[in-house]
Amino acid sequence: MAIRLDKPWQSIDEALTRLRGHLGVYQLADDSGTVIYIGFAGGNSLYGLKGEVRDMTERLSAATQVRWEINTAYQSRFRELLWVHNADFGELPRYNIEFNHRPTRLGRLSPA
Amino acid sequence: MNLDLTEEQDMIVGMVRRFVREEILPLELNLDPDADELPTQDRERLIEKTREMGLYGLDIPPEYGGPDIDLVTRTLIAMEMSQHRAGLYAPCYGTFGGAGLAQLFEATDEQKERYLYPTLRGEKRGFFGLSEPSGGSDPARAIQTKAVRDGDDWIINGSKLWISGADRADYGLVFARSDSDKGRNGVTCFIVDTDNPGFHVRRIVHTLRSAHYATELQFEDMRVPASNILGEVNRGFAIANDRLTRQRIPYAAGCIGVAVKAHEMALEYVPQRETFGAPLSTRQSIQWMLVDNEIDIKQSIWITLEAANKANKGEPFRKEAAMAKLVATEAGGRVVDRCMQMFGGLGVAKDLPFERWYREMRIRRIGEGPNEVQRHIIARELLGASLR
Repeated sequence: MAIRLDKPWQSIDEALTRLRGHLGVYQLADDSGTVIYIGFAGGNSLYGLKGEVRDMTERLSAATQVRWEINTAYQSRFRELLWVHNADFGELPRYNIEFNHRPTRLGRLSPA
Repeated sequence: MNLDLTEEQDMIVGMVRRFVREEILPLELNLDPDADELPTQDRERLIEKTREMGLYGLDIPPEYGGPDIDLVTRTLIAMEMSQHRAGLYAPCYGTFGGAGLAQLFEATDEQKERYLYPTLRGEKRGFFGLSEPSGGSDPARAIQTKAVRDGDDWIINGSKLWISGADRADYGLVFARSDSDKGRNGVTCFIVDTDNPGFHVRRIVHTLRSAHYATELQFEDMRVPASNILGEVNRGFAIANDRLTRQRIPYAAGCIGVAVKAHEMALEYVPQRETFGAPLSTRQSIQWMLVDNEIDIKQSIWITLEAANKANKGEPFRKEAAMAKLVATEAGGRVVDRCMQMFGGLGVAKDLPFERWYREMRIRRIGEGPNEVQRHIIARELLGASLR
Protein backbone atom coordinates (compact mmCIF):
# COMPACT_ATOMS: atom_id res chain seq x y z
CA MET A 1 0.00 0.00 0.00
CA ALA A 2 1.37 3.38 -0.99
CA ILE A 3 1.72 5.89 1.83
CA ARG A 4 -0.03 8.57 -0.21
CA LEU A 5 -3.57 7.92 -1.38
CA ASP A 6 -3.09 7.35 -5.10
CA LYS A 7 -6.56 6.32 -6.24
CA PRO A 8 -8.03 8.34 -9.15
CA TRP A 9 -10.12 11.40 -8.37
CA GLN A 10 -13.82 11.13 -9.21
CA SER A 11 -16.57 13.71 -9.33
CA ILE A 12 -18.81 13.70 -6.27
CA ASP A 13 -21.89 12.67 -8.29
CA GLU A 14 -20.06 9.81 -9.94
CA ALA A 15 -18.56 8.68 -6.65
CA LEU A 16 -21.89 8.63 -4.83
CA THR A 17 -23.19 6.08 -7.35
CA ARG A 18 -20.15 3.87 -6.77
CA LEU A 19 -19.46 4.19 -3.07
CA ARG A 20 -20.87 1.57 -0.71
CA GLY A 21 -21.04 1.09 3.04
CA HIS A 22 -17.43 0.06 3.58
CA LEU A 23 -15.06 1.23 6.26
CA GLY A 24 -12.21 3.32 4.93
CA VAL A 25 -10.62 6.70 4.35
CA TYR A 26 -11.24 9.44 1.79
CA GLN A 27 -9.95 12.78 0.58
CA LEU A 28 -12.04 15.67 -0.74
CA ALA A 29 -10.55 18.19 -3.16
CA ASP A 30 -11.68 21.44 -4.76
CA ASP A 31 -11.69 22.22 -8.50
CA SER A 32 -7.95 22.87 -8.49
CA GLY A 33 -7.21 19.45 -7.01
CA THR A 34 -6.18 20.83 -3.62
CA VAL A 35 -7.05 18.42 -0.83
CA ILE A 36 -9.34 20.33 1.53
CA TYR A 37 -10.43 17.52 3.85
CA ILE A 38 -9.35 14.04 4.88
CA GLY A 39 -11.91 11.85 6.61
CA PHE A 40 -12.75 8.29 7.49
CA ALA A 41 -15.76 6.03 7.68
CA GLY A 42 -15.52 4.16 10.95
CA GLY A 43 -17.57 1.67 12.89
CA ASN A 44 -20.16 4.29 13.84
CA SER A 45 -20.58 5.69 10.32
CA LEU A 46 -24.07 5.22 9.03
CA TYR A 47 -23.75 3.77 5.48
CA GLY A 48 -19.94 3.76 5.73
CA LEU A 49 -17.94 5.63 3.10
CA LYS A 50 -21.04 6.42 1.07
CA GLY A 51 -22.73 8.11 4.01
CA GLU A 52 -19.62 9.95 5.17
CA VAL A 53 -18.78 11.34 1.72
CA ARG A 54 -22.39 12.34 1.09
CA ASP A 55 -22.71 14.11 4.46
CA MET A 56 -19.37 15.88 4.23
CA THR A 57 -19.86 17.10 0.66
CA GLU A 58 -23.22 18.55 1.72
CA ARG A 59 -21.31 20.58 4.33
CA LEU A 60 -18.45 21.51 2.01
CA SER A 61 -19.65 23.16 -1.16
CA ALA A 62 -16.02 23.65 -2.29
CA ALA A 63 -15.55 19.88 -2.53
CA THR A 64 -15.95 18.75 -6.13
CA GLN A 65 -13.77 15.63 -6.24
CA VAL A 66 -13.24 12.63 -4.03
CA ARG A 67 -10.99 9.60 -3.87
CA TRP A 68 -11.14 6.83 -1.33
CA GLU A 69 -9.63 3.62 -0.07
CA ILE A 70 -11.50 0.77 1.60
CA ASN A 71 -9.56 0.00 4.76
CA THR A 72 -10.48 -1.63 8.07
CA ALA A 73 -7.45 -0.01 9.74
CA TYR A 74 -9.11 3.34 9.11
CA GLN A 75 -7.83 5.03 12.28
CA SER A 76 -4.15 4.48 11.58
CA ARG A 77 -4.60 5.16 7.85
CA PHE A 78 -6.47 8.40 8.60
CA ARG A 79 -3.61 9.58 10.78
CA GLU A 80 -1.02 8.53 8.24
CA LEU A 81 -2.76 10.56 5.53
CA LEU A 82 -2.93 13.59 7.82
CA TRP A 83 0.75 13.30 8.79
CA VAL A 84 1.81 12.87 5.13
CA HIS A 85 -0.27 15.88 4.08
CA ASN A 86 1.40 17.88 6.82
CA ALA A 87 4.83 16.70 5.64
CA ASP A 88 4.06 17.60 2.04
CA PHE A 89 2.32 20.96 2.56
CA GLY A 90 3.38 22.11 6.02
CA GLU A 91 -0.16 22.08 7.40
CA LEU A 92 -3.26 19.93 7.65
CA PRO A 93 -6.08 20.26 5.10
CA ARG A 94 -8.11 23.43 5.58
CA TYR A 95 -11.31 21.83 6.84
CA ASN A 96 -9.62 19.36 9.16
CA ILE A 97 -8.29 22.45 10.93
CA GLU A 98 -11.57 24.37 10.73
CA PHE A 99 -13.72 21.48 12.01
CA ASN A 100 -11.00 20.28 14.39
CA HIS A 101 -11.26 16.83 12.79
CA ARG A 102 -7.82 15.72 13.82
CA PRO A 103 -6.20 13.75 16.63
CA THR A 104 -5.30 15.80 19.69
CA ARG A 105 -1.57 15.50 19.10
CA LEU A 106 -0.11 15.89 15.64
CA GLY A 107 2.38 13.26 14.53
CA ARG A 108 5.25 13.69 12.14
CA LEU A 109 6.25 11.60 9.17
CA SER A 110 9.08 12.09 6.73
CA PRO A 111 8.31 9.60 3.96
CA ALA A 112 11.35 8.56 1.95
CA MET B 1 1.14 -16.41 48.78
CA ASN B 2 -1.91 -14.87 50.42
CA LEU B 3 -4.47 -14.08 47.72
CA ASP B 4 -6.90 -12.20 49.97
CA LEU B 5 -7.04 -8.51 49.20
CA THR B 6 -6.18 -6.17 52.02
CA GLU B 7 -8.77 -3.61 53.05
CA GLU B 8 -6.77 -0.92 51.25
CA GLN B 9 -6.42 -2.98 48.06
CA ASP B 10 -10.14 -3.73 48.13
CA MET B 11 -10.93 -0.04 48.46
CA ILE B 12 -8.59 1.03 45.65
CA VAL B 13 -9.77 -1.70 43.28
CA GLY B 14 -13.39 -0.74 43.99
CA MET B 15 -12.63 2.90 43.28
CA VAL B 16 -11.00 2.11 39.92
CA ARG B 17 -13.85 -0.26 39.03
CA ARG B 18 -16.41 2.48 39.65
CA PHE B 19 -14.31 4.94 37.64
CA VAL B 20 -14.27 2.61 34.64
CA ARG B 21 -17.99 1.87 34.85
CA GLU B 22 -19.25 5.35 35.65
CA GLU B 23 -16.81 7.51 33.68
CA ILE B 24 -15.16 5.54 30.89
CA LEU B 25 -17.89 3.20 29.65
CA PRO B 26 -20.53 5.94 29.13
CA LEU B 27 -18.06 8.10 27.18
CA GLU B 28 -17.00 5.16 25.08
CA LEU B 29 -20.55 4.73 23.76
CA ASN B 30 -20.09 7.89 21.69
CA LEU B 31 -16.57 7.21 20.43
CA ASP B 32 -15.49 5.47 17.27
CA PRO B 33 -15.17 1.74 18.08
CA ASP B 34 -11.45 1.87 17.29
CA ALA B 35 -10.73 5.16 19.09
CA ASP B 36 -7.76 5.40 21.41
CA GLU B 37 -8.20 8.90 22.77
CA LEU B 38 -10.86 10.96 24.48
CA PRO B 39 -11.90 14.48 23.50
CA THR B 40 -9.55 16.90 25.28
CA GLN B 41 -12.22 18.27 27.64
CA ASP B 42 -13.24 14.82 28.86
CA ARG B 43 -9.64 13.74 29.22
CA GLU B 44 -8.74 16.76 31.34
CA ARG B 45 -11.83 16.35 33.50
CA LEU B 46 -11.03 12.70 34.15
CA ILE B 47 -7.38 13.41 34.90
CA GLU B 48 -8.60 15.79 37.60
CA LYS B 49 -10.67 12.93 39.00
CA THR B 50 -7.80 10.46 39.09
CA ARG B 51 -5.69 13.13 40.82
CA GLU B 52 -8.45 13.56 43.42
CA MET B 53 -8.50 9.79 43.85
CA GLY B 54 -4.77 9.92 44.56
CA LEU B 55 -4.08 7.50 41.75
CA TYR B 56 -2.60 9.75 39.05
CA GLY B 57 0.87 8.67 37.94
CA LEU B 58 0.45 5.20 39.39
CA ASP B 59 3.79 3.89 38.21
CA ILE B 60 5.83 6.89 39.31
CA PRO B 61 8.06 6.06 42.29
CA PRO B 62 7.02 7.94 45.46
CA GLU B 63 10.33 9.87 45.58
CA TYR B 64 9.28 11.45 42.26
CA GLY B 65 5.78 12.30 43.45
CA GLY B 66 3.98 9.03 42.66
CA PRO B 67 1.31 7.62 44.98
CA ASP B 68 3.51 4.85 46.50
CA ILE B 69 1.41 1.86 45.56
CA ASP B 70 3.02 -1.58 45.63
CA LEU B 71 3.34 -3.69 42.50
CA VAL B 72 0.70 -6.24 43.49
CA THR B 73 -1.88 -3.49 43.98
CA ARG B 74 -0.81 -1.84 40.72
CA THR B 75 -1.33 -5.16 38.98
CA LEU B 76 -4.82 -5.44 40.46
CA ILE B 77 -5.52 -1.88 39.28
CA ALA B 78 -4.26 -2.72 35.78
CA MET B 79 -6.73 -5.62 35.69
CA GLU B 80 -9.54 -3.13 36.38
CA MET B 81 -8.33 -0.35 34.10
CA SER B 82 -8.51 -2.45 30.97
CA GLN B 83 -12.16 -3.47 31.39
CA HIS B 84 -13.50 -1.43 28.50
CA ARG B 85 -13.36 -1.44 24.71
CA ALA B 86 -10.05 0.40 24.31
CA GLY B 87 -8.67 -1.08 27.52
CA LEU B 88 -6.01 -3.37 26.10
CA TYR B 89 -3.86 -0.68 24.50
CA ALA B 90 -5.38 2.51 25.95
CA PRO B 91 -6.44 1.62 29.50
CA CYS B 92 -8.76 4.40 30.73
CA TYR B 93 -7.43 6.44 27.76
CA GLY B 94 -4.34 7.40 29.73
CA THR B 95 -6.25 9.33 32.39
CA PHE B 96 -4.24 7.69 35.17
CA GLY B 97 -1.08 9.18 33.65
CA GLY B 98 2.09 7.25 33.11
CA ALA B 99 5.60 7.08 34.41
CA GLY B 100 7.00 7.44 30.93
CA LEU B 101 10.05 5.32 30.31
CA ALA B 102 11.02 3.76 33.62
CA GLN B 103 14.68 3.57 32.57
CA LEU B 104 14.91 7.35 32.93
CA PHE B 105 14.72 7.04 36.69
CA GLU B 106 18.29 5.75 36.39
CA ALA B 107 19.37 8.69 34.22
CA THR B 108 21.89 11.38 35.15
CA ASP B 109 20.60 14.51 36.86
CA GLU B 110 20.96 16.50 33.65
CA GLN B 111 19.11 13.85 31.65
CA LYS B 112 16.36 13.81 34.26
CA GLU B 113 15.95 17.59 33.96
CA ARG B 114 15.68 17.42 30.18
CA TYR B 115 13.59 14.28 29.75
CA LEU B 116 12.22 12.67 32.91
CA TYR B 117 10.70 15.62 34.75
CA PRO B 118 8.99 17.14 31.66
CA THR B 119 7.58 13.65 30.97
CA LEU B 120 6.21 13.31 34.49
CA ARG B 121 4.63 16.78 34.12
CA GLY B 122 2.96 15.60 30.89
CA GLU B 123 4.96 18.04 28.77
CA LYS B 124 7.05 15.52 26.84
CA ARG B 125 6.55 12.04 25.46
CA GLY B 126 9.09 9.34 24.82
CA PHE B 127 9.27 6.12 22.82
CA PHE B 128 11.20 2.88 23.29
CA GLY B 129 13.23 1.95 20.20
CA LEU B 130 14.55 -1.60 20.39
CA SER B 131 13.10 -3.87 17.66
CA GLU B 132 14.50 -3.76 14.15
CA PRO B 133 13.49 -5.15 10.75
CA SER B 134 16.06 -7.88 11.42
CA GLY B 135 13.93 -9.16 14.31
CA GLY B 136 12.57 -8.24 17.70
CA SER B 137 12.64 -11.57 19.53
CA ASP B 138 16.39 -11.71 19.95
CA PRO B 139 17.35 -8.05 20.22
CA ALA B 140 20.84 -8.71 21.56
CA ARG B 141 21.84 -10.33 18.29
CA ALA B 142 19.37 -8.65 15.92
CA ILE B 143 20.36 -5.04 16.55
CA GLN B 144 22.12 -3.77 13.45
CA THR B 145 21.67 -0.05 14.01
CA LYS B 146 25.22 1.19 14.44
CA ALA B 147 26.64 3.88 16.70
CA VAL B 148 30.14 5.12 15.95
CA ARG B 149 32.03 7.50 18.21
CA ASP B 150 33.07 10.83 16.69
CA GLY B 151 34.78 13.09 19.23
CA ASP B 152 32.25 13.98 21.93
CA ASP B 153 29.38 12.71 19.80
CA TRP B 154 28.12 9.44 18.44
CA ILE B 155 26.82 9.00 14.88
CA ILE B 156 23.88 6.61 14.57
CA ASN B 157 22.75 4.93 11.35
CA GLY B 158 20.09 2.25 10.92
CA SER B 159 16.40 1.60 11.34
CA LYS B 160 13.82 0.43 13.85
CA LEU B 161 10.47 -1.28 13.31
CA TRP B 162 7.33 -1.81 15.41
CA ILE B 163 8.00 1.30 17.46
CA SER B 164 4.89 2.70 19.17
CA GLY B 165 4.38 6.41 19.57
CA ALA B 166 7.55 7.60 17.81
CA ASP B 167 5.63 9.87 15.43
CA ARG B 168 4.22 11.86 18.34
CA ALA B 169 7.17 11.66 20.72
CA ASP B 170 9.64 14.37 21.69
CA TYR B 171 12.44 11.94 22.41
CA GLY B 172 13.12 8.23 22.52
CA LEU B 173 15.45 5.57 23.85
CA VAL B 174 17.31 4.09 20.89
CA PHE B 175 19.43 0.97 21.26
CA ALA B 176 22.37 0.75 18.88
CA ARG B 177 25.37 -1.49 18.40
CA SER B 178 28.43 0.32 19.63
CA ASP B 179 30.80 -2.66 19.46
CA SER B 180 30.15 -5.23 16.74
CA ASP B 181 32.36 -7.91 18.35
CA LYS B 182 30.69 -8.08 21.72
CA GLY B 183 27.16 -9.40 21.10
CA ARG B 184 24.82 -8.36 23.90
CA ASN B 185 27.71 -6.54 25.57
CA GLY B 186 28.11 -4.26 22.57
CA VAL B 187 24.77 -2.42 22.71
CA THR B 188 24.39 1.16 24.01
CA CYS B 189 21.19 3.05 24.87
CA PHE B 190 20.96 6.64 23.57
CA ILE B 191 18.38 9.28 24.41
CA VAL B 192 17.47 10.79 21.05
CA ASP B 193 15.53 13.99 20.36
CA THR B 194 12.99 13.52 17.58
CA ASP B 195 13.74 16.96 16.11
CA ASN B 196 17.27 15.74 15.37
CA PRO B 197 17.80 16.24 11.59
CA GLY B 198 18.90 12.62 11.17
CA PHE B 199 15.73 11.21 12.78
CA HIS B 200 12.95 10.10 10.43
CA VAL B 201 9.59 8.40 10.95
CA ARG B 202 9.28 6.75 7.56
CA ARG B 203 5.84 5.19 7.82
CA ILE B 204 3.03 3.97 9.99
CA VAL B 205 2.85 0.18 10.16
CA HIS B 206 -0.80 -0.80 9.81
CA THR B 207 -1.80 -3.87 11.78
CA LEU B 208 -4.86 -5.47 13.35
CA ARG B 209 -4.69 -2.70 15.94
CA SER B 210 -6.06 0.32 14.12
CA ALA B 211 -5.58 3.27 16.47
CA HIS B 212 -2.55 2.40 18.54
CA TYR B 213 -0.20 1.78 15.64
CA ALA B 214 3.50 1.15 15.25
CA THR B 215 6.01 3.06 13.13
CA GLU B 216 9.17 2.45 11.15
CA LEU B 217 12.13 4.70 11.92
CA GLN B 218 15.30 5.52 10.05
CA PHE B 219 18.41 7.19 11.39
CA GLU B 220 20.69 8.89 8.87
CA ASP B 221 23.97 10.14 10.31
CA MET B 222 22.08 11.09 13.44
CA ARG B 223 24.54 12.92 15.69
CA VAL B 224 23.92 12.37 19.41
CA PRO B 225 26.11 13.84 22.17
CA ALA B 226 27.83 11.35 24.47
CA SER B 227 26.02 13.06 27.35
CA ASN B 228 22.82 11.48 25.97
CA ILE B 229 23.98 7.94 26.64
CA LEU B 230 21.70 6.33 29.21
CA GLY B 231 23.80 4.24 31.57
CA GLU B 232 27.15 3.09 30.27
CA VAL B 233 28.58 2.46 26.82
CA ASN B 234 28.00 -1.17 25.78
CA ARG B 235 25.68 -1.79 28.74
CA GLY B 236 22.41 -0.92 26.98
CA PHE B 237 21.12 -4.43 26.68
CA ALA B 238 20.73 -4.79 30.43
CA ILE B 239 18.53 -1.67 30.36
CA ALA B 240 16.40 -3.15 27.57
CA ASN B 241 16.17 -6.55 29.19
CA ASP B 242 15.09 -5.20 32.56
CA ARG B 243 12.30 -3.27 30.88
CA LEU B 244 11.16 -6.28 28.89
CA THR B 245 10.87 -8.43 32.02
CA ARG B 246 9.04 -5.80 34.10
CA GLN B 247 6.65 -4.91 31.30
CA ARG B 248 5.35 -8.48 31.09
CA ILE B 249 3.35 -8.18 34.32
CA PRO B 250 1.13 -5.20 33.39
CA TYR B 251 0.94 -6.65 29.87
CA ALA B 252 -0.58 -9.82 31.34
CA ALA B 253 -2.84 -7.82 33.67
CA GLY B 254 -4.36 -5.91 30.73
CA CYS B 255 -5.27 -9.18 29.03
CA ILE B 256 -6.88 -10.46 32.21
CA GLY B 257 -9.00 -7.31 32.57
CA VAL B 258 -10.38 -7.67 29.07
CA ALA B 259 -11.06 -11.37 29.63
CA VAL B 260 -12.89 -10.58 32.88
CA LYS B 261 -15.09 -8.00 31.15
CA ALA B 262 -15.84 -10.26 28.17
CA HIS B 263 -16.72 -13.12 30.52
CA GLU B 264 -18.94 -10.85 32.61
CA MET B 265 -20.82 -9.71 29.48
CA ALA B 266 -21.35 -13.33 28.45
CA LEU B 267 -22.61 -14.26 31.92
CA GLU B 268 -25.21 -11.49 31.68
CA TYR B 269 -26.19 -12.35 28.13
CA VAL B 270 -26.69 -16.11 28.05
CA PRO B 271 -29.58 -16.30 30.56
CA GLN B 272 -31.46 -13.68 28.50
CA ARG B 273 -30.85 -14.97 24.99
CA GLU B 274 -33.26 -17.75 24.00
CA THR B 275 -32.82 -20.34 21.26
CA PHE B 276 -35.25 -23.16 20.48
CA GLY B 277 -37.42 -22.13 23.41
CA ALA B 278 -34.83 -22.06 26.18
CA PRO B 279 -32.13 -19.66 27.40
CA LEU B 280 -28.62 -20.24 26.08
CA SER B 281 -27.48 -20.70 29.68
CA THR B 282 -29.34 -24.03 29.83
CA ARG B 283 -27.17 -25.49 27.03
CA GLN B 284 -24.27 -27.59 28.18
CA SER B 285 -22.05 -26.36 25.34
CA ILE B 286 -22.50 -22.80 26.61
CA GLN B 287 -22.00 -23.78 30.24
CA TRP B 288 -18.72 -25.46 29.38
CA MET B 289 -17.49 -22.37 27.56
CA LEU B 290 -18.25 -20.33 30.67
CA VAL B 291 -16.49 -22.86 32.88
CA ASP B 292 -13.43 -22.82 30.65
CA ASN B 293 -13.45 -19.00 30.75
CA GLU B 294 -13.59 -19.04 34.52
CA ILE B 295 -10.64 -21.44 34.76
CA ASP B 296 -8.60 -19.50 32.19
CA ILE B 297 -9.17 -16.25 34.05
CA LYS B 298 -8.46 -17.63 37.51
CA GLN B 299 -5.21 -19.31 36.56
CA SER B 300 -4.06 -16.16 34.76
CA ILE B 301 -4.82 -14.00 37.78
CA TRP B 302 -2.96 -16.26 40.18
CA ILE B 303 0.13 -16.65 38.02
CA THR B 304 0.28 -12.92 37.30
CA LEU B 305 -0.16 -11.95 40.94
CA GLU B 306 2.56 -14.40 41.92
CA ALA B 307 4.93 -12.71 39.47
CA ALA B 308 3.96 -9.28 40.84
CA ASN B 309 4.43 -10.50 44.41
CA LYS B 310 7.92 -11.83 43.70
CA ALA B 311 8.93 -8.64 41.91
CA ASN B 312 7.50 -6.62 44.77
CA LYS B 313 9.62 -8.50 47.28
CA GLY B 314 12.75 -8.00 45.20
CA GLU B 315 13.05 -11.70 44.40
CA PRO B 316 13.97 -13.02 40.93
CA PHE B 317 10.81 -13.04 38.83
CA ARG B 318 11.94 -13.58 35.23
CA LYS B 319 10.35 -17.04 35.00
CA GLU B 320 7.13 -15.93 36.71
CA ALA B 321 6.82 -12.82 34.51
CA ALA B 322 7.27 -14.95 31.39
CA MET B 323 4.64 -17.41 32.65
CA ALA B 324 2.22 -14.57 33.37
CA LYS B 325 2.68 -13.10 29.90
CA LEU B 326 2.33 -16.50 28.27
CA VAL B 327 -0.68 -17.71 30.22
CA ALA B 328 -2.65 -14.45 30.28
CA THR B 329 -2.24 -13.64 26.58
CA GLU B 330 -3.26 -17.15 25.51
CA ALA B 331 -6.12 -17.40 28.03
CA GLY B 332 -7.33 -13.91 27.11
CA GLY B 333 -7.51 -14.90 23.46
CA ARG B 334 -9.48 -18.04 24.24
CA VAL B 335 -11.93 -16.21 26.52
CA VAL B 336 -12.67 -13.47 24.00
CA ASP B 337 -13.06 -16.08 21.26
CA ARG B 338 -15.57 -18.10 23.31
CA CYS B 339 -17.53 -14.98 24.21
CA MET B 340 -17.78 -14.00 20.56
CA GLN B 341 -19.15 -17.46 19.84
CA MET B 342 -21.79 -17.12 22.55
CA PHE B 343 -22.90 -13.72 21.22
CA GLY B 344 -23.14 -15.05 17.67
CA GLY B 345 -23.50 -12.36 14.99
CA LEU B 346 -23.44 -9.60 17.59
CA GLY B 347 -20.07 -10.90 18.74
CA VAL B 348 -18.40 -10.04 15.46
CA ALA B 349 -20.18 -6.69 14.93
CA LYS B 350 -18.57 -3.38 15.83
CA ASP B 351 -21.60 -2.64 18.02
CA LEU B 352 -19.90 -4.65 20.78
CA PRO B 353 -16.24 -4.60 21.85
CA PHE B 354 -15.46 -8.28 21.20
CA GLU B 355 -14.22 -7.83 17.63
CA ARG B 356 -11.72 -5.15 18.75
CA TRP B 357 -10.57 -7.27 21.68
CA TYR B 358 -10.24 -10.28 19.38
CA ARG B 359 -7.97 -8.37 16.97
CA GLU B 360 -5.91 -6.70 19.67
CA MET B 361 -5.65 -9.79 21.86
CA ARG B 362 -4.10 -11.68 18.94
CA ILE B 363 -1.23 -9.22 18.92
CA ARG B 364 -0.54 -9.89 22.59
CA ARG B 365 0.82 -13.36 21.86
CA ILE B 366 3.51 -11.68 19.76
CA GLY B 367 4.10 -8.31 21.45
CA GLU B 368 6.60 -7.91 24.33
CA GLY B 369 8.34 -11.10 23.21
CA PRO B 370 6.47 -13.86 21.37
CA ASN B 371 5.09 -16.65 23.54
CA GLU B 372 7.61 -19.07 22.06
CA VAL B 373 10.34 -16.87 23.50
CA GLN B 374 8.54 -16.86 26.86
CA ARG B 375 8.58 -20.67 26.79
CA HIS B 376 12.30 -20.53 26.01
CA ILE B 377 12.88 -18.21 28.98
CA ILE B 378 10.94 -20.52 31.30
CA ALA B 379 12.82 -23.59 30.02
CA ARG B 380 16.12 -21.79 30.49
CA GLU B 381 15.22 -20.96 34.08
CA LEU B 382 14.22 -24.58 34.69
CA LEU B 383 17.18 -26.22 33.01
CA GLY B 384 19.86 -23.68 33.77
CA ALA B 385 22.70 -22.30 31.75
CA SER B 386 22.96 -25.28 29.39
CA LEU B 387 20.25 -23.69 27.24
CA ARG B 388 21.80 -20.25 27.09
